[in-house]
Order: sequence, then C-alpha cells, then structure tokens
Amino acid sequence: MTLLLESMSYGSWALHALVWLPLVGVGAVLASSEERAKTVAFWWSLAVFVLSLGLWWSFDPGSGAMQMASSVSWIEAWGVHYSLGVDGISLFMVLLTTFTTPLAILGSFHYIRKKERAFYALMLLLEMGVVGVFLATDLFLFYVFFELTLVPMYFIVGIWGGERRIYAAVKFFLYTALGSLLMLVAILYIYARAKAQLGFPSFAYMDLLRVPLTLQEQLWLFGAFALAFSIKVPLFPLHTWLPDAHVEAPTPGSVVLAAVLLKMGTYGFLRFLLPLFPGAAQHPTVVTVMLALGVAGIIYAAWVAAVQPDAKKLVAYTSVAHMGFVVIGIFALTLNGIQGGLVVMISHGISTGALFLLLGMLYERRHTRLIEDFGGLARVAPWLATAFVVTALASIGLPGTSGFVGEFLALLGTFESHPVMAVVASTGVIFAAYYMLPMVQKVFFNKLEKPENREMKDLDRRELTILTPMLALMIILGVFPTPILERMEPSVRVVLERVEAANPERELAGVAPGGSADTVELTLPALEAQPPETRVAADPVDEDTDDGNAQDGLEAADQD
Amino acid sequence: MVLDYSSNLHYFWALLPEFILCGWGMFILILGVSGKRDPRKGGDLAAEGPSQDLGLLTLVGVLAAALANGWLYGVTEAGQGLVTVDRFRLFANWIFLLSAVFGVVMSLTYVYRQRLQAGEFYSLTLFATAGMMMMASARDLMVIFLGLEVMSISVYALTAFNRRDRRSAEAGLKYFLLGAFSTGFFLYGLALVYGATGSTDIASIAWAVESGAAQRFLLVLGVGLLAVGFSFKVSAVPFHMWTPDVYEGAPTPVTAFMSVAVKAAAFVAFLRVFLVAFPGVYAEWYPIMWWLAALTMVVANVVAVAQTNVKRMLAYSSVAHAGYLMVALTAANEIAAAGLLFYLLVYAVMNMGAFAVVVVVGRQGEDSLQLEDYAGLGGKQPLLGIFLTIFLLSLAGFPGTGGFVGKIYLLQGAVDADLWYLSVILVLATVVSYYYYLRLAWYVWMREPLEDGQHDTLFIPLTTRVALAAGVALILLFGIFPSAAMDFARDSVATLVSAGTSMAGIVH
Repeated sequence: MTLLLESMSYGSWALHALVWLPLVGVGAVLASSEERAKTVAFWWSLAVFVLSLGLWWSFDPGSGAMQMASSVSWIEAWGVHYSLGVDGISLFMVLLTTFTTPLAILGSFHYIRKKERAFYALMLLLEMGVVGVFLATDLFLFYVFFELTLVPMYFIVGIWGGERRIYAAVKFFLYTALGSLLMLVAILYIYARAKAQLGFPSFAYMDLLRVPLTLQEQLWLFGAFALAFSIKVPLFPLHTWLPDAHVEAPTPGSVVLAAVLLKMGTYGFLRFLLPLFPGAAQHPTVVTVMLALGVAGIIYAAWVAAVQPDAKKLVAYTSVAHMGFVVIGIFALTLNGIQGGLVVMISHGISTGALFLLLGMLYERRHTRLIEDFGGLARVAPWLATAFVVTALASIGLPGTSGFVGEFLALLGTFESHPVMAVVASTGVIFAAYYMLPMVQKVFFNKLEKPENREMKDLDRRELTILTPMLALMIILGVFPTPILERMEPSVRVVLERVEAANPERELAGVAPGGSADTVELTLPALEAQPPETRVAADPVDEDTDDGNAQDGLEAADQD
Repeated sequence: MVLDYSSNLHYFWALLPEFILCGWGMFILILGVSGKRDPRKGGDLAAEGPSQDLGLLTLVGVLAAALANGWLYGVTEAGQGLVTVDRFRLFANWIFLLSAVFGVVMSLTYVYRQRLQAGEFYSLTLFATAGMMMMASARDLMVIFLGLEVMSISVYALTAFNRRDRRSAEAGLKYFLLGAFSTGFFLYGLALVYGATGSTDIASIAWAVESGAAQRFLLVLGVGLLAVGFSFKVSAVPFHMWTPDVYEGAPTPVTAFMSVAVKAAAFVAFLRVFLVAFPGVYAEWYPIMWWLAALTMVVANVVAVAQTNVKRMLAYSSVAHAGYLMVALTAANEIAAAGLLFYLLVYAVMNMGAFAVVVVVGRQGEDSLQLEDYAGLGGKQPLLGIFLTIFLLSLAGFPGTGGFVGKIYLLQGAVDADLWYLSVILVLATVVSYYYYLRLAWYVWMREPLEDGQHDTLFIPLTTRVALAAGVALILLFGIFPSAAMDFARDSVATLVSAGTSMAGIVH
C-alpha cells in the first residue's frame, strides 16, 4: 500500500487535493439538479474520504514533524504562505472530518427537504474549511479557514434549523467571531514581534515558534488565543451557545458541529496555544484555571444533562462534558493526558456524531425529541435500540469502547500531574452513566405505552449503512487503540518537549543552562524537520542571525 | 513627457483627466437640455432609450478620463507646481473613476424611472468627480479647497436632485447647510495655518513646521480646525450627524456615489495634508485622531444595530468604515497609508455593490427599503442574494473577501504604530458590525417573503447585472489574490511618505 501510494507521489498532492476537492464538489453540486444534488454530494465526499485514507499509510509513524509539508508564497508583502502539512495530531482530525462528512450527508437524505442543492453545497464548503483548519501550517491561512467555517454553519443552522434557528445561528456566529477576532489581534502582535526579531515578515508556524516572547507577553497572547479556542471547544462557562446551536441545527449540522467543529478548538490548544506560548501554558495559575474549568465543565454539564427533557439537548450537554475531558487531558501536560485528550476527541466525534444521527432518525419517525414521548422502542425497533445502546455506552466510556480508552488515558495523565483534579473529574464518568442510562431506559425500554410508537419502523438499509462503520470504529478503537496512539505519540512529544523547555522549575532543580539549551537543540530540529526553503529564499542573508536570535530568545524564555 | 509647470500648458497636461471630465460634463449638459431627450415622456422599462443613451455616453467620458489617468503614469515632474502627478494621486483617481462608473451604471434605469433630468444628473456626477480628482492632485491647500467646493456643490445638487421627493429636498438642504458650515471650519483652519507658516503650499508648510519657524499656537489651532473640516466630510463621529439623514434622503445611486467617492476624496486629501504638511505636530493631532477613530467606530456600529431601514443602516455602516480608516490616519505610517488606499479601493467596490442591490430591490426608486422587504429574497433571486451576501461579508471584513484583507492592512498599520487599544476597539466594533450585516443576510435567506410574489417583479437591467458580477469578482480577487493590488497601493504611497519628512516615531 505504501509503495503504491509512493508510486503516485501521493504525499506531494494529497493535502492540496483534500482541501480543494470539496470546493470543486461545491461546484459539482450546484451544477447538478435539485434531485441529484444529494447523491452527487455523497459520492463526492466519499471519494474525498477514500483519498484521505492514503494518509494512514503514507504517514511516517516514527516522526513527530510536519509531514508532506509544502509551502507557496501567497501574499508576499506580508510573508503569508499557503502552506499545508500533517502531523500525528492533525492526521486523525482530518480523517475524522472526511469520515464524518459523507455519513452526515447520507444522514440528511430524508431530513433536508428544501433548497437541497444549497444545503449540500454548504456541507462540502464546510468540509473544505475544516480540513483547511487542520492542515494549515501558516497562522494567517489557519485564521482564514477558521473563520471560513462559520459561514456555512451559520446558514446551515439558520436556514434548515428548528423554530429558534435564527437566534441560535446568530448566537453561534457572534460568540465564535468575538473570540477569533481578538485572536486576530494577538496573531498580529506575534507577527509584529516576528518581523522585528527575525528581520522578515512571516506568519509561518515554524517561524513564529522561534519568536522569543517574555512571560508577560505570553500570558496576554495566551489569553487571547485561549479565549478564541475555548469558545469553540466550548469550555465552561463559555458554552452557552452550544446547546442552542445543537438543538436548532438540522441533524447533519449537529453531527458535523459535534464531530469536527468543536475539535477545532482543542486542536488549536495543541497546535498553537501550547507550542507558541510554552511559558504561559505551564504557568501554574494558568494550568490550574484551565483544569478547574475543564473539571467544572464535566460536572456541571453532567448535572444539567441529567434533567433535560429533550434528548437532543441532553446529548448537546454531554458534548460539553466530553470536551472537558479533552481540556483536562491537554492541560495535564503529560504524554498520557494529551494522548487521552486526542483519543477522546476522536471517540467523541464518532459516538456523539452517531447519537445525533440516531436522534435524527427517531425525530424523522416521530417528529419529537422529548424523552417522555418515547418508551419501549426496543420491542418494535430492535436494531435501532441496539445501535443506540452501543453508542450510548461508548459515549459514557464503557471499557471495550473508544470512549473508555480516551477518558482513562486523560484521567491517568491528569492523575500523574494533578491527582486531586483527576479524582474530581473521574466522578464525571459516574455522572455520565447517571444521565445517559436513564435516557436510554426511558426511550427504549420501559413499557410500550404510546400507540404512535407501536408503528415505529426499524432501521432501513441506508441507516444501517450510516451506523455500521461508526459502531465498528467505536469497538475497534476500544479494543485496539495502539495504531492510533503510536502515530500520535511523536508529535505529542514534540509539543510536550517544547512546553517543558520553557519550564522555570527545571532550572530551580539544578539543570545547567547548557542542559536546557540541549533540549532546545533537540526540540527545534524536530519541529523544523522540513527544510525551510521558502524562508531561505525569502531572506538568505539573515538566516544566520535568525538562528542566533531564536536561540537567544529561547534561552531568555528559559530564564524567565 | 516632463512637466516643470513653467507654463499653463503644463497644468493642462497635469490636469488632463479633470479637463476631460469637465468638458465632457458640459457636453452632456448641452445634450441633455437640447430638448429631444425629454425624460418625462414616461413609458415602460423596455423602451428606456434616451436617458440610458446619455448615461452610456457619460461612461465614455469617464473612460477617456481613465485613459488620461493611465497616460499620466508616463509623465515625470521637473519642478513643483500647485498640483502633482505622483502615484498617490493617480491611485486615488482610479477609485473616483471606478465609483463614477458604478454610480452611473446604477443610475441608468433609476434616472429614467424617477423621471430625473438625465443631462444635469450625469454632468453633475462628472463635475463632482473632477472636484475629487482636484483634491487628490493638490499640492496646495487652496487647490484642495477649490476641489472640495467643486465636489461639494455638485453633490449638494445631486442630493436634492429628486424635486418631487420631500426627503430628497430636505436632505439636500441639510447637507448644504452643514457642508457650508464645515467648509467654514476648513477655510478658517487654512487661514490660520497660512498665518502661522506664511504659505499654503504643503511642502513649504511642512518645512516651516519642521524648522520651528511656524507660530506654534496658531498652527495647532489651524490644524485642529482643518481636522474638524475634514472630519465633517469623512463623517467621523461627532461630526457625522448629517450623514444618516442625507444618505437616507438622497436618491440611492447618489447615496452610493457619495458614501464612497466623497469619502475617498476627503480621506485622500486628509491623509496628504496631515502626513506631508503636519508630521512636525504629530504629537498634537495624534490624540485628536485617536479619539475620532475610537468614537466613530463604536458609536456608528452600535447605532447601526438599531436601524431597520437598509439605506440608513448602510449609512451608519459607512460612518463606521470612516472610523476604520481614521485608524490608518492615527497610525500615520507608510503601511497605514497604503492600507488606507487599498481599503478605499475595496470599500468603493463593496459598498457600491451593496447599494446596487438596494437600488434593484427598491425597484429603481425609494420604496422597499425596510429589512422586511428583503425577506425571502434569496429564495426568489438566488444570484442577487448571493451577491448581496458576498458584499455584506466583505463589508463585515470576513476572510476570503477584499474587506478582510483591507481590514488586516489597516490593523497592520495600527500595530506598526503600537496602537493596541485602537486595534482592539476595531475588532470589537467589527464583531458588533457582524450583527447588522448578518441580520440583512438572515432576512435574505432565512425568512419567508411577506407576501407571495414579492420579488417576482424585480427588474435587474443588464448593465446592473454586469456591474454586480464585476464587483463580486473584484471583491473575491482582492480577498484571495490581493498581492497585485496591495503592491500597487504600497508603491503609490512611497513618494508621498518620503515627501512627508520624518514621520511617526515622534510620539512612540
């Protein structure tokens, strides 16, 4: 397989194709007729998924660097590059996106009844934006894609959503935009510092990593970035847009929102927040605050979810809880914690995506989402019930499912560095059972009292096609997570080493300055595995001084 | 060709685009009153010949002026006169000419439908454009004043052009009174600066200010009054009071034209005067600009949220954009100056585009201007809806559109001058602006029409279709491949900034 891909020089064009093919698909959908739009969109997104599968084999699991990277000057005057790359962190996010999109599209065949062409075009546009977010290695490009995802989602919620769709869409848009615009100012600040320090303008991730920032600066910038990403995650108490958006969004919108859009926030934590501001990221106060908010989110969301009469809202709140696990995993700043966070991201994407699809199927049958309107469905729709129970168990993290691996690792990682937080957070796992299982019981078991429910149809072929790959993945990831973990590990280590290199306690512990400089040497080449041709071409004269500056800066950051 | 301004002929060549516009304007005027083309005959839209002919003929004049403007790129200057042919002026001219083209195209059907005097209407448009060009070309405060008056008086008349409409007449009067008032400020400031420095020539003023020969108190007072005069013209808060009423009352194509071109002309002259003549007193005028910028952004955006009339909302939006541009003036560095030019260019296209849709939805008249009138527009007229959405996203400064690149350009100027608070205010104001731009988008796409067949009778002339498509193409081009236009803007300010002696760094 690897050889086959190499013979096609897969690595040189795959990433570009993954970003731009969905856009071509938008054109294809718009060019097709209203009736055929959904089929075109489905096969198109499926083709993108098949294409993205090649990443699995052509990806080198031993390296933590950006792979298949390429960079073309885009806006030369500002040093903006169109540069893409993939590493162990983004690899799975991209696969999750390309995996979810065709299923979400397939899941909307019956749900979306008006303006179909526009809907499927927007879904593909959304896919393009999200894939772009995960692949961009230029901060400017990243920001463009990050914002670009807002527009299709705004219209998906606003046009095809429920009763209060406009309110939900606008709230979603303004919340996210507020955060990201403040991040834009922070980006421009780093850019200005980079221009002064490096001697040439650049938004490239690799260049910005070399910009020395004082702790004071790092804390401010961290705040701006963290706000933007935390709103997206969403981290308690910035989560209030999420239940509204989820409840009002059409099923496929909810699926994509839960499965991939939320991940853009936690991905941003890992990709930008920790490596760019390592000093701030391991500042004790910052870590405590982030962990505390994560834990608060887990507990709070669980309690609120437990009292929801609306099943969709319940699942929306579980998203907040799950993302809380991701956040504590990341800010535990241990290998297990971050890897666990990443696995929760994947697992939550699949299981919550599947839950929203299942709720959508129930809604199509009964046109209600209230838990009390159901009951005893397992008798009339056994397949539907089975799928729902397995998904729910994966969601609450039963051993043997993907949810368990992620939450266990995240809690383990947190326990290694912050035992008290981990203990409190682990009660969240119990609460998860407390809100999810009664819901399952009320909907699928109990007595089959309502006459409307007696007629309920079981899953048809299309629905089985949607659910089978998702259920399979939940189990496979649960019993055999090693291939995923080993691909993540090198990249996660790079991030961790970068953060630890800025740890003030290391010096207190008697590590000689030379020692920390060694770590820096180890870290930087790993981060810069790709030869920076473009940069050299842009400014060959300054290359020497740049390195000197970067070195000085990192040491300065060490001493902070 | 080399110009040393030793004879009047040299001035003729240097002002060739202005001469062409004025001459052509008179030609149109004569054609218009020659009687054959009586617009009051009425009739259905299919037979709208005569007034359209005049409009198309006007475009020929604009095109000729554009050619002359392109020709001026090959001209070099050997001496200093009252005007200049530097790149800065020529770039600004492109903005005015582009706005004139859009403005005339939008008016073609409008003028006919509203039975306006086509000859006068189009010739006034040309005269106003010539005035703007003079403002951009001036190397002397007196020439700026002349251009300002030529432009303003033409636009006063255009505002009040629809005599049958009370709001138009009211707007014209209001604009005239406040405009005259602001001109007074400008003239008084000019006089004081002359008194302090002994010259109205921008370079001489700069030298007098720099060398300390100027009378400090008089100078600062004069600078302040000039700033007030310009602020009226660019409609910066708190000198914006006339803007919403005038923009709402004026015929929509005129509103579009003046919200873009008048503002651009005022900003271009504003920038040249303050960047070239007054860098020596930057410390004094910097806080004024700071507050004007901050107030304008905050007040305009917040008030725009409360508007239900689309024209009025766009009026406040245009005030808000003046605020963003004021940030560039506050920063007063090379990046900011280039950003200002680039933003003005993008703003001209996107605002004109949005107004062109307003003209169409307003049925080439002044009805259907409420938000509800846009409900369900996207369902019936998808392409028009998509175009309007793109213009709105660009006005909001959304990635992928020219408005985003422009805003980043302005922000970069601000960042370069360490204006952090102003940058944060700018982005927060932008978040507020998202709300009202999106609100129009949600009426267009997410609401059902008020009554069946509401949008079935919309008439979109072929010329408007072409202009809209071109506008969208330009907006996307500026948003996705902005390099060419950005470099062009940067090269255009290079001479200007080198003329403005030691800039910035005085405060920071």
